[in-house]
Amino acid sequence: MTEAIVMDGVHKRYGEKRALDGLDLAVAGGTVHGVLGPNGAGKTTAVRIMSTLLRHDAGRVTVSGLDVRERAGEVRRRIGLLGQHAAVDEQLGGRQNLEMFGRLYHLGARRAGSRADELLERFGLADTGRKAVKQYSGGMRRRLDLAASLITDPDVLFLDEPTTGLDPRGRTEVWDAVRSLVGGGTTVLLTTQYLDEADQLADRISLIDHGRAVAEGTPDELKARVGGDRIDVVLRDAARLTEAAALIGGEGLALDPDRRLIGAPAPDRMAALTRTVRVLAEAGIEAEDIAVRRPTLDEVFLSLTGRPAEERRSEKAEVAA
Amino acid sequence: MSAATTTAVPGPGGGEHVPGPGGVSSRLGWALADSWTMTRRELAHWARQPVAVLVNLAFPVMLLLMFTYLVGGGRGVDGDPTDFLVPGMLALTMAFGLEATMLAVTQDLGKGVIDRFRSMPMVPGAVLVGRSAADMLQSVVSLAVMTGVGYAVGWRWRSGAAAALGAVGLLLLLRFAMLWVGIHLAMVAGKPEMVAAVQILVWPVGFLSNVFATPASMPGWLGAVVEWNPMSATATAVRELFGNPGGATGSWAAEHAQLLAVLWPVALIAVFFPLAVRKFAALSR
Repeated sequence: MTEAIVMDGVHKRYGEKRALDGLDLAVAGGTVHGVLGPNGAGKTTAVRIMSTLLRHDAGRVTVSGLDVRERAGEVRRRIGLLGQHAAVDEQLGGRQNLEMFGRLYHLGARRAGSRADELLERFGLADTGRKAVKQYSGGMRRRLDLAASLITDPDVLFLDEPTTGLDPRGRTEVWDAVRSLVGGGTTVLLTTQYLDEADQLADRISLIDHGRAVAEGTPDELKARVGGDRIDVVLRDAARLTEAAALIGGEGLALDPDRRLIGAPAPDRMAALTRTVRVLAEAGIEAEDIAVRRPTLDEVFLSLTGRPAEERRSEKAEVAA
Repeated sequence: MSAATTTAVPGPGGGEHVPGPGGVSSRLGWALADSWTMTRRELAHWARQPVAVLVNLAFPVMLLLMFTYLVGGGRGVDGDPTDFLVPGMLALTMAFGLEATMLAVTQDLGKGVIDRFRSMPMVPGAVLVGRSAADMLQSVVSLAVMTGVGYAVGWRWRSGAAAALGAVGLLLLLRFAMLWVGIHLAMVAGKPEMVAAVQILVWPVGFLSNVFATPASMPGWLGAVVEWNPMSATATAVRELFGNPGGATGSWAAEHAQLLAVLWPVALIAVFFPLAVRKFAALSR
């Protein structure tokens, strides 16, 4: 299969800060590729370079086989972009926005109008009438944004943290919309801070940190490297923490006496849950809460890089630059 | 849309690919079409905010009425004070258009929509052309309203149609220069808070002019500063062309006001147009 996106040793600096430090990425055509990393890892910078908004300092970037620096105009005719901030005119209505973008793609006035109607219908925005976009809910705004990215049925669609800042309902709406695209042949590159989002949507995931790819694989492969799911047990009595931990056993046990919490690996999920409940009950140790959960991004980082993801607060540095 | 030769091949998306512009003539056609789309966007903004549009038109009218009836501008000049004041107020209105342009560009840049425009195969300058077309149109309407109100308070032009049209031309030239100054400042300053700072600074520059009083009535050094203010050149030239009293001072700047009213804006455009265009293109760095 040919590659829809290639990044080869891409560097980008903002003054002293290295936003991208030799990033490599290859995305097969027609797949959904997740780019996962903490804030400041270089995700947005990478998307802005691939979508011709930003010029890289060194390395090679091609989209649909076209060099983004040499043939930016041709790349722009083949891509759609959903940025972190709603990239629509908030003073105008939904249809006005889509019609305007259709005209800028030179669909012609009539086709721009009919395409706007099709997309509004498809994303459940047909009844918004004249309402200005600034009065939309967060989920509606993102769906309009997504519709605007799809006016020309792009070969490659970039989604930069498409659900950041959305409530769970808005998140589900956007996920459903993205899923409906897959199978149409569109290549989707999705950046996210959420492991579960990449897990839900992506065929393959690249984990990036400090502007470099640190791991790549299918969600299952990556999770296997992290050690799979975890079980958290909160005890009623902190004094019995060590005793309970010994009963639960296993490698990579984490104890947190302040929260009366034991964290343990649970690769077999339900079996681990049943076993834990049973050993605690037999020993007469009362648990307040027991939950099986997926590994968090922090745990992925800890496992793959040997240190926690520390740059979570430098959120704006990348965007503002 | 004319003969746009398709360079795009059907990709895996399988959708309708956007054709690229072919030769020079269709490239120009694209540039015009994109610029028109961006101008329509600004017009659509007006249609959605009629109150804001009216306030922008009413503000200079309010200033004109205030200076005519309350402050008593133009006194001490030969003839009707409104004949002196109205052309000056027209020049002031054009110059203060800087703020409106700067505010609009700042607001646009702060939003993600500019990113979408820049990720689309549109002609890059169309965003700026749309801005300037809309602002110039607004200024034409504003001039019409101001001259109408001026007529109502007693101002008359006492020259031929050609000279009057020349006056309007000079006013719009000043506005066009302020447009590019505004676009550049907005991209350099970037933040709405900076617009507030410029709005404050614009006032002393506005008053250090011959809009409200003749430099003949000022101390010598102040009069000289005032006469070389680009806005003063336009105001004096417009007074001459409308056949209104100019409060002649006999200085070189006053004698060559029409020349300066062309040179100043042209010089500003020559500096700020390329700066603004380069700044806009450099958003990708």
